[in-house]
Amino acid sequence: MSDLVMGAVAYDPKVVTIWEGFKAWLRDERLDFDFVLYSNYERQVEDLVDGRIDAAWNSPLAWVRTRRSATDRGLQARALVMRDTDQDLTSVVVTRADADIHDVADLRGRRVGTGALDSPQATLLPLSHLRRLGVDPGRDCEVQRFDIGVGLHGDHVGGERDAARALMARTVDAACLIDGNSLLFAHEGTMPAGATRVLTQTPAFDHCNMTVTDAGPVAELERFSELLQSMSYSDPRVRPLLDLEGLKTWKEGRVSGYDALERAVDETGFYDDAGHVTASDYRP
Amino acid sequence: MSPPPTIDLEDLGLDRGAHLLIERALRDLVPGDRLQVLGRDAQLPIHLRAWCRAHGHGFEADGPTIVRGDADHARWDDAARVGAATPDGLAARAGPGWGLAARGALVEAGGPEPRFELDQRDQLWADVVPRLYAQALAGQWDPATAIDWDAGAQLPADVEAAVVQVMTYLVENEMAALVVPARFLGRIHPYFREVVQLLAVQVADEARHVEVFTRRAELRGGDLGVSGAGGRASLQTLLDEPDFVLASFLLSVLGEGSFLNLLGFLDEHAPDPVTAQVAHLARQDEARHVAYGVAHLEFLCASDPGVREQLRVAVHRRHDALAQTAGLNRQVFDALVVLAAGSWSPADIGRGFDAVERLQAEMDEGRRRRLTRLGFPDQDAAELSALHTRNFM
Ligand SMILES: [Fe+2]
Ligand SMILES: [Fe+2]
Repeated sequence: MSDLVMGAVAYDPKVVTIWEGFKAWLRDERLDFDFVLYSNYERQVEDLVDGRIDAAWNSPLAWVRTRRSATDRGLQARALVMRDTDQDLTSVVVTRADADIHDVADLRGRRVGTGALDSPQATLLPLSHLRRLGVDPGRDCEVQRFDIGVGLHGDHVGGERDAARALMARTVDAACLIDGNSLLFAHEGTMPAGATRVLTQTPAFDHCNMTVTDAGPVAELERFSELLQSMSYSDPRVRPLLDLEGLKTWKEGRVSGYDALERAVDETGFYDDAGHVTASDYRP
Repeated sequence: MSPPPTIDLEDLGLDRGAHLLIERALRDLVPGDRLQVLGRDAQLPIHLRAWCRAHGHGFEADGPTIVRGDADHARWDDAARVGAATPDGLAARAGPGWGLAARGALVEAGGPEPRFELDQRDQLWADVVPRLYAQALAGQWDPATAIDWDAGAQLPADVEAAVVQVMTYLVENEMAALVVPARFLGRIHPYFREVVQLLAVQVADEARHVEVFTRRAELRGGDLGVSGAGGRASLQTLLDEPDFVLASFLLSVLGEGSFLNLLGFLDEHAPDPVTAQVAHLARQDEARHVAYGVAHLEFLCASDPGVREQLRVAVHRRHDALAQTAGLNRQVFDALVVLAAGSWSPADIGRGFDAVERLQAEMDEGRRRRLTRLGFPDQDAAELSALHTRNFM
């Protein structure tokens, strides 16, 4: 058995390439590292809290559940590392440039397209943001979810893209997406340049982190953190892997960027305080 | 502290190419420097935040301002130039990581390392290669217009049959001359660009030769001639030679070298203008093929005299492999006699026979001359030339 086992969710075949590559590199650096793949985040979170794995490459929503679940068991969860690209993201609610919708209040009585029900960036966070601005989704406006990759916590871009397509096809009046996808969808032509207008932007939030608990192997986790943070974008051995995983550098983990998501989870009753799944129509 | 430099994107958004202007402005800054981005595109602050994150730059909503990162530099830290752009000063061996990159290009480290086994300059190179390539391009000809296919009257049936037999023989030899370099072409490291280009044109030359000899064979609508097992066994030994240097020696120096005399013979003795033209045009191309073979082997033998021993062994091995075969089939030899005779009078047949004997002597002389150029002493050159396949190619 390896000294350190990490879980990751196989939301895309490239996940195998990425972690096989990192595993080889980490072993070259004399960390006896292995990984297991999950088909959804919920089982990964449960295995981390149950001690079957030592670290979990977690979505922000999986972090929220892990934190609650660990606390309930008397454990302390923390974010060991995260990508540079996991910090200070925002989501936006966009409408068509020609729409008769000029601010958030105009969304009353309209239909808002979102990503999958478990997507932090394209569902939970932007809907919570609208709620804070006085428009309660589901009551003041209709929500049309695009449930692609349920259980992947929005890692699959398909739901967001379908929401954007629905916006352009005029079957929804607004769409929720992460800032990066608003640029991506413009480039790929899903939302052509100039065709949309931003109604509102959420405050900055953080995305994935490498979650561990205080029940894990202390020295190995410390070494894991050091090694990941020592990966250099100028090293041709790891650069292709960093490109695939979408980062330039690993940073020290922080948990200051998840408050809005904690609130959104409470508002929707997605998980309870002990980290049980309480969302009614969630089948990962 | 002085205010950061600014860039004004006016109406241009990041969804329409603004990154080009931003990257240009960042070029003059060092990591940690700030660049304030002005512009009227409504989504600029949102897109800029996402763009900075994806490209390893910091982002400050105030401004908005980019804090220059170093990822774009880091990518090129270990990059190295692929040798010199010009053929002078070529590296002795191509780097495995250079792959398909243009010679002289700055190559990012960490890319694929395709296998191009023929990666040593001395195996491939000759200083004449760029010039031969230029000549090859200038010397391309179009069979449709370069040859007057309607020229000449119908030949007597058995003289026509002799021409068709010779053409049938030429087609299979030209096909061997096409396939052999084609098989090596994809194994030559692209760093030796001119060699790849020259052989690519050589392959195209042979494709044209196959075409014109086929068209001449079919010109009068009769059946094609025979293909003897011995001739094809001789060509098979060329196809089976796995070593580029040895294959090049056997095919280009000895085989195509002999064909220069054969095509000259056909040009001189052809009973009809079309046969003369196709032989004449093919011979011009063959001269380049021979020139490359001789030049690069001369280069190699000069840098590594031990290669001559390998060449000698290759000739002996091929001779032994073919010892039990017929070599040139009787029908081809006889057809050459009839073709040179042009009629069935005993005197003409006698002259034709003498001409074919002279042809073989000239081939031998040519081979000995080229072997001497590769540094073989006269006696060795004579011995090796005599062991060359009776199939000529
Ligand atoms: Fe030829
Ligand atoms: Fe040739």
